[in-house]
Amino acid sequence: MVALSDFLILGALLFCLSVAGIFINRKNVIILLMAIELMLLSVNMNFIAFSHFLGDTGGQVFVFFILTVAAAESAIGLAILVVLFRNRRTINVANLDTLKG
Amino acid sequence: MGIESILFYLFAAILVLAGGAVITVRNPVHAVLFLVLAFFTSAAIWLLLEAEFLAIALVLVYVGAVMVLFLFVVMMLDINLAPLREGFIKYLPVGAGVAIVMFIEMVTVVGAKRFGFDSYGQGLKHAADYSNTKELGGVLYTVYVYPFEIAAAILLVAIVAAIALTMRRRPQAKYQDPARQVAIRRSDRVRLVKMAAEKKTATTAGGAD
Repeated sequence: MVALSDFLILGALLFCLSVAGIFINRKNVIILLMAIELMLLSVNMNFIAFSHFLGDTGGQVFVFFILTVAAAESAIGLAILVVLFRNRRTINVANLDTLKG
Repeated sequence: MGIESILFYLFAAILVLAGGAVITVRNPVHAVLFLVLAFFTSAAIWLLLEAEFLAIALVLVYVGAVMVLFLFVVMMLDINLAPLREGFIKYLPVGAGVAIVMFIEMVTVVGAKRFGFDSYGQGLKHAADYSNTKELGGVLYTVYVYPFEIAAAILLVAIVAAIALTMRRRPQAKYQDPARQVAIRRSDRVRLVKMAAEKKTATTAGGAD
């Protein structure tokens, strides 16, 4: 049988993978957005595991709201990305220094 | 080891491999496809946890809408990949070090000592006629109805923001404005000019009108 700690460790592993992804793909905005999605997925995994093992539906409601906000976030992020690419012809984070003082 | 454990470890292995592939593959399209695989496998793990509604919502909403949007944007933008891969090797030790330290810290907190079988057991197993959707809906529309309305408003704001950001006005484009076409008056368009009749001369006899 699977214990609660196995699900929590899986979520932690996924979260650490996406943190490493943000470190090593720091030039590519698309991969950064995908790493954020992966992070939210690992947090959702924790919520659902606790909801199952504690017998409380509140955790699943929170996952519902996190999914909503994540969908809104990725839609706006991709819209900003498209506008950025249209104006600058690049999505390299190192070139986006217009606001530099 | 029961069938549940075998399924869990199989799906967990696929999930971790897909997550690792998302952050390391060279082609962004492949990264999106590996992220789709990660979402599918985590939906399977959520089914093991008896969260059926959210597992299916993850596949429908995330794989069906958000990841297709990602794929669309990745394919639409003509990205030069070479400069984006700079520093991959340079930052790999830092990223791996931070990730390993974070993982060790998290495992010491959430490990089997505190959240194992002794403290939490095996979780609630429901009967076959239990409806997860019914229970989730019952809570969502009574206790959490106000946050639910706010979530709807957030989605509306996201739609408006995404359209407002990406819509582009083209000043040189020609298009009709029906309101102006209907509102036009005769006096705006037609002008009657009174003038004397022209005399017939040799140059205009050819009728070059």
